[in-house]
Amino acid sequence: MSDVADTGPMLAADGTPLKKSLGRALRRQKMRALMLIAPLLLFILLAFILPVGDMLYWSVKNGIVSETLPRTVVALKDWDANSGELPDEPVYAAMAADLHEASLAKTHTKVGVRLNYENPGISSLFRKSGRAAKKWEPAADGPWKDQLIELHKGWGDTAVWRTIQTYSPPLTSGYYLNAADMRVGPDGPEMRPENERIYMLLFGRTLKLSLMITLSCVLLGYPVAWLLANLPTRKANMLMILVLLPFWTSLLVRTSAWKVMLQQQGVINDVLVWIGLVADDARLVMINNQFGTVIAMTHILLPFMILPMYSVMQTIPPTYLRAAKSLGATNWTAFWRVYFPQSVPGIGAGSILVFILAIGYYITPALVGGTKGTFISNRIAFHISSSLNWGLAAALGAILLVVVLLLYWAYDKIVGIDNVKLG
Amino acid sequence: MFGPARRRFGLGSVAKLRASPEIREFFRDYYRTCCNAGPYKVYFTSRQRRKSADISGSVPLADSGNSDAFVAFERVQKSYDGEILVVKDLNLSMPKGEFLTMLGPSGSGKTTCLMMLAGFETATHGDILLDGVSINNIPPHKRGIGMVFQNYALFPHMTIAENLSFPLEVRKMGKSLREEKIKRALDMVEMGDFGGRRPAQLSGGQQQRVALARALVFEPELVLMDEPLGALDKQLREKMQFEITHLAHQLGITTVYVTHDQTEALTMSDRVAVFNDGRIQQLDPPDTLYEKPQNSFVAQFIGENNTLDGVVTEIKGDTCIVRLDGGEMLDATPVNVTKVGERTRVSIRPERVEINKERLQDGAHTLKAEVLEFIYMGDIFRTRLRVAGNDEFVIKTRNAPDQEKLVPGTMIDIGWLPEDCRALDAT
Ligand SMILES: Nc1ncnc2c1ncn2[C@@H]1O[C@H](COP(=O)(O)OP(=O)(O)OP(=O)(O)O)[C@@H](O)[C@H]1O
Ligand SMILES: [Mg+2]
Repeated sequence: MSDVADTGPMLAADGTPLKKSLGRALRRQKMRALMLIAPLLLFILLAFILPVGDMLYWSVKNGIVSETLPRTVVALKDWDANSGELPDEPVYAAMAADLHEASLAKTHTKVGVRLNYENPGISSLFRKSGRAAKKWEPAADGPWKDQLIELHKGWGDTAVWRTIQTYSPPLTSGYYLNAADMRVGPDGPEMRPENERIYMLLFGRTLKLSLMITLSCVLLGYPVAWLLANLPTRKANMLMILVLLPFWTSLLVRTSAWKVMLQQQGVINDVLVWIGLVADDARLVMINNQFGTVIAMTHILLPFMILPMYSVMQTIPPTYLRAAKSLGATNWTAFWRVYFPQSVPGIGAGSILVFILAIGYYITPALVGGTKGTFISNRIAFHISSSLNWGLAAALGAILLVVVLLLYWAYDKIVGIDNVKLG
Repeated sequence: MFGPARRRFGLGSVAKLRASPEIREFFRDYYRTCCNAGPYKVYFTSRQRRKSADISGSVPLADSGNSDAFVAFERVQKSYDGEILVVKDLNLSMPKGEFLTMLGPSGSGKTTCLMMLAGFETATHGDILLDGVSINNIPPHKRGIGMVFQNYALFPHMTIAENLSFPLEVRKMGKSLREEKIKRALDMVEMGDFGGRRPAQLSGGQQQRVALARALVFEPELVLMDEPLGALDKQLREKMQFEITHLAHQLGITTVYVTHDQTEALTMSDRVAVFNDGRIQQLDPPDTLYEKPQNSFVAQFIGENNTLDGVVTEIKGDTCIVRLDGGEMLDATPVNVTKVGERTRVSIRPERVEINKERLQDGAHTLKAEVLEFIYMGDIFRTRLRVAGNDEFVIKTRNAPDQEKLVPGTMIDIGWLPEDCRALDAT
């Protein structure tokens, strides 16, 4: 063996250098492994990575202004929005030409809607102007400046032109500013007025409630998981079915059941009144607020906490507790110093699972949260399906994603992600 | 050989005892009470046996107020399911400083006894006394009993030093004192350099030492070990056997050790309790156990053993004559037989069979044997014979220059001293 070093590289049986043939064997192995996971990879790519990428693109994409109003965008380039003066005639002429074309193509309302997100009122300006623009001869009918201002006084407002100018590049940070309760003012980005701020409040509430839900899941789930892990297998399996039972009923049914339970004329209030703990005219408000959201979501997410905790606790042999007691520890010390630290990976896994699920939940908050208990996801859903402001929805979603990743990172720093055991 | 135990309670005392018939009588009583679980509590050490033997004739039943008994089981029974008694009427008492081993086949209740002593199982009936005080109602953490578990049970999330610190912390010991004790304990098991490691970073043998150190660091007077060496390979096991006995005697700790390895039991212990079927079958020092098994189970369980079945035809003092089922006659020591006509199973150790007629007593019975197989094993020869229809009769002879190497197919005569052949119960 030792003389190999003197005679050059080690050779395989067929004479090729050993390193090379090993490399080939490993490559073949890797290819085979890759082939096996290829379908899954493709699925993830199509169903997950592409949509997320698309969403990220939506949150910055702004092609509509430059596509619909190409001449105006070019003409506005040199206009100084901070001068306080309206743009010159060429800009108005360009706008007239663009509007005429857009009205024939029926795209003028779309750009109006887009700009309306940034400056409410622009939508009607474009609708009204577009209706008129159909009949125009943009090259012949000029000059346009006074005509347009006459048609709609919005054309005489520098703020409108500023908005058009600000949102003319094909990419924009506007959605993100908006999602952060900010806007582009005369001196660059600024906070929106107090009464228009909403998203930061929602983000804060979502995080706070998700944390509360996670915490109450830990508190409620830990003893159950412990019990499950320490019962004989047959009983544990029976109990496990009970834990999983909620999965068998529809989410909507369960949430509606909480409505029945929690509302002011609901079961719990009735019982409390009947016992006499609560006066009939002072029934507790437990629904359509944060309390309702926390209760209902804790119930729904509890199994996701119990399962990982259970699987971790199952691997902790009972001899550790016995050993601790034989060394002189009381039941509590034995639990706290010996059992609990070993169950932390389960708590970590369950918490991450529950927290991430909670932060993106929207059905339950929508049904039992009222206005005070809604989450950021409810707002995202609103923008996707009602206001159709997909760019903003995408920006909110992206921020949510970043927040989750940040928290994940923080968790890794504090607890260590290798300390998480999901099974 | 290992074990100061062997040296301390050596063969000498037993050899002396062999002579006198009264002492035999007295032993028989003593064993009966032990094994048959009478209402008495028996307490014995070799030291005391010697003493009682001197004042021979007195009834050897120690009363239950025996002040020397450090650990005592009194008529303890245990059932897990309310149907089967896993431990049936256990009586046992140990003096301070004794190394006692519980030996027995799997499922014989050894761990159960240990767990009852440690407080993790409650006895369904009877009393367990520690230093004269019943501990039935004392929770495990107040018993102050050190324990070594089979899989060591070192806390995986703590370093070795933290593991050892744990029992001291729960006793609210100051930091400097703790560190001193931890160091001393680790040095004692030669693990002084490993304090900062995690259990997973140690080999099996090292974990074993740490487990031992942890069980000893808070200086308990009683230490329990449940098959602590079960997971180690043979060589390491033998080394650890020696170290454990050495430590136990050096520190003067009372030790209850559980194993199902008979060599381990014989080499380590002051006394061995042979368990079977929830009862102690025999409780004796290793040499007595090996040479004077009190019933067929013990004879079969400890060491290699030849058995022949027959009927007692004559009892004369401390010898009897047995007629085997094939009609052959042999001499034996009556142990579990009391009257002529009783069926018996005689047991002879392979190394006590004599093939040289000249060494036998005059008039001793001999048996015809056919040599079936001769195995050369280096230090000894092992020969398989057919004796009275039994094909598995084995003899061992020492490899000496004058020793005959038996040839398969030849017929020889074999015999033995009556005291080496024990007539036991026929089951
Ligand atoms: N927790 C328990 N519940 C019910 N039965 C048990 C329990 N623990 C032990 N047993 C039964 O009690 C009997 C004695 O068990 P024990 O563990 O004391 O045996 P052991 O002598 O230690 O055996 P081994 O050498 O295999 O460790 C066995 O038949 C076993 O099945
Ligand atoms: Mg056992």
